[in-house]
Amino acid sequence: MPGSLINDLGNPVEPFLRSDRMPHIWCPGCGIGTTVNSFARALIESKIDLQSLVLVSGIGCTGRVAGYVKLDSFHTTHGRAIPFATGLKLANPKLNVVVYSGDGDLSAIGGNHLIHAARRNIDLKVICVNNLIYAMTGGQTAPTTPAHSITSTNPYGVFEPSFNLPHLVEAAGAVYVARWTTFHVRQLARSISEAFQKKGFSFIEVISPCPTLYQRRNKLGDGLDAMKYYKEKSKVRHGAPTNEVGLTMTGEIVVGKFVDRDRPDYQTMMRTQYAESLGEMFVEQPEMVCS
Amino acid sequence: MAKGRVSIVVERCKACGFCVEFCPTHVLALSSAFNSKGYHPPHVVHPEKCSGCDLCGMYCPDFAIYATKAPAGGGDK
Amino acid sequence: MKADPRGVLTGVHFMDGDHACCEGALAAGSRFAAGYPITPSTEIVERFASRVPTVGGTFIQMEDELAASITLQGAVWGGAKAFTVTSGPGFSLMMEHIGYAAMTETPCVFVDVQRGGPSTGLPTLPAQADMMQARWGSHGDYEIIALCPNSPQECFDLTIKAFNLSEEFRVPVMFMMDEVVGHMTEKVVIPPADQIEVVPRRHTRKPVDQYLPYETNGDMVPEIAHAGEGYNFHVTGLTHDEHGYPNMTPQTQDKLVRRLQNKIREAADRIALFEEEQLEGADVVVVSYGITSRVAQRAIEAARERGLRVGKLRLITAWPFPEKKIRELAAKVKAFVVPELNLGQMVREVERAAAGEAKTFAVSHAGGGVHNPEDILKVIVEASRCPAA
Repeated sequence: MPGSLINDLGNPVEPFLRSDRMPHIWCPGCGIGTTVNSFARALIESKIDLQSLVLVSGIGCTGRVAGYVKLDSFHTTHGRAIPFATGLKLANPKLNVVVYSGDGDLSAIGGNHLIHAARRNIDLKVICVNNLIYAMTGGQTAPTTPAHSITSTNPYGVFEPSFNLPHLVEAAGAVYVARWTTFHVRQLARSISEAFQKKGFSFIEVISPCPTLYQRRNKLGDGLDAMKYYKEKSKVRHGAPTNEVGLTMTGEIVVGKFVDRDRPDYQTMMRTQYAESLGEMFVEQPEMVCS
Repeated sequence: MAKGRVSIVVERCKACGFCVEFCPTHVLALSSAFNSKGYHPPHVVHPEKCSGCDLCGMYCPDFAIYATKAPAGGGDK
Repeated sequence: MKADPRGVLTGVHFMDGDHACCEGALAAGSRFAAGYPITPSTEIVERFASRVPTVGGTFIQMEDELAASITLQGAVWGGAKAFTVTSGPGFSLMMEHIGYAAMTETPCVFVDVQRGGPSTGLPTLPAQADMMQARWGSHGDYEIIALCPNSPQECFDLTIKAFNLSEEFRVPVMFMMDEVVGHMTEKVVIPPADQIEVVPRRHTRKPVDQYLPYETNGDMVPEIAHAGEGYNFHVTGLTHDEHGYPNMTPQTQDKLVRRLQNKIREAADRIALFEEEQLEGADVVVVSYGITSRVAQRAIEAARERGLRVGKLRLITAWPFPEKKIRELAAKVKAFVVPELNLGQMVREVERAAAGEAKTFAVSHAGGGVHNPEDILKVIVEASRCPAA
């Protein structure tokens, strides 16, 4: 074959995957794998030191990301990825800690931890894959499920208002807030790279299809139909006021980088306060790594 | 000569259609072949149009396809 | 290895159990605590918050016990020795994460300064009613180790022991104090650091390509690696194999869960700590722990003054329960008397282990105070009157 001159580099994502665990469990047309491509691309482009990168996830379909990436990774309990990640970061500040979890895990059971970590501005990069549903357990209502959607626990249609996550985390104190969809693969990768440069609590929401449950129960087609909807109906509005970016079932999806501000992160504030109050008595934590 | 080349990991594909839809130059189409799970993986119908942008690879949720840039002077089918 | 002198407050102190526990944690090498305020445990972390910036370490008060109980585990995987403190209602909230620690084999210490329950109960008054919860509180099959100090001195010494056991067995250890032991002030002698033995983390020395996070050999305890060292390991609460990968089959479940259980059970004799006195030739043995053991001492002495042959068995490790010891004694004595600040918890274990070979008498107390020694004496007298088995 006249391909001897061709240098087949292989899939750029593959070195970041636990190939021995492929194929993964996600459904056909699920967008989680797509977000992992953007994540891997961001790791390559930002030249992050992979050894000090740690990924923490909660429970749910997105939570399974931890098991598929070839990094130090922790699949923790439902809703508690953020406090676990906080412990990691405080014990070893040199770690670059990413929380990769779903909308139900982060904003329902994990909601309290989400707002406190944002308030404290803990230096974490949170990637929230929002498929608007509790997918793993069979399609129950999530705090992000748009009104009038059919779910297994709202069989006659959701009548609760849903969370506007960018608004919530901005109000809580996050320093970097962006939203993309799984259609916006390159922009998502760029946002993740930007978050890596940022010190403090960064939150990137990615709207993603759940074809098996959300799409199917609401007669919205399959994963590809969702992607086409994202392409058609999303509008990039960088800096949009977050109170204006709420989602509906079939309406406009405002995407972009909404918040990018600077606030001292938790550990900086801690060190400053101790140094001020204790002066010479303050001992900056030595290597926490116990032998 | 095509600027890029697509590689398909047939067994991983779940025929979601993202790559076919979002390839900017419509290089791909779902084939009528089956993989062992019963899905129709994509195949390259217009190899000469591949730019090696790897959008297919970025979209694929199953890590089943990717494109690489062909080295200058090297060509292939 | 020896304790790090930076954390050891060598000297003769007059301090309460809560404060002594904090000093024990520091002496053991703990430099991380995550907590949430709850009476009567709060002083432990208040002291830690005040001590640790001058020793080098971190305390974070989390937003709830659900967070505290997992934040400490993140810190462990980041390289620290970590603990949290709580009481009944918080202990209940922490149960899921105690199970997570058991499943992922995360070495850590959970301090429960027991108070009256159930529910909000008696926040400022003692009980010992979380003993079964310490063992069975989380779902599924798992084993833990539980220690019961009965003095501020023991709050210091046994906290170090708790950390050591957690590192040796890669298991969460429950440190079961009670409100009286926590708030009583007594002499606490803290020795020089070179007299304190500290068990190091069982960190792997294997190269990256040979390391499997949950591979074990003889003693059923895997070697650990910390995040950031290049091992690229995966930890999950799902049933997993030696790779740490989820492997949800009955075979993997059987292998994993039995190992988690057996690594403790088969070492039970080594782990068991108790104080025994005059067991030889005894008719009645009083089995007690924590503050109740101090009260029981008075009753035991009074019984002996009356000529009764009363032995004492004080549980220092409550879990794994020293079944073997009880079984041996049951063959030789008439009865066990088990006073507890609850309506009957460890007495059930005594009865179970005695297997009918000796009678078992509970001296229950709903909590809120300590026993009247006379109430325990009364039961000792009754027990010694029962016919020989």
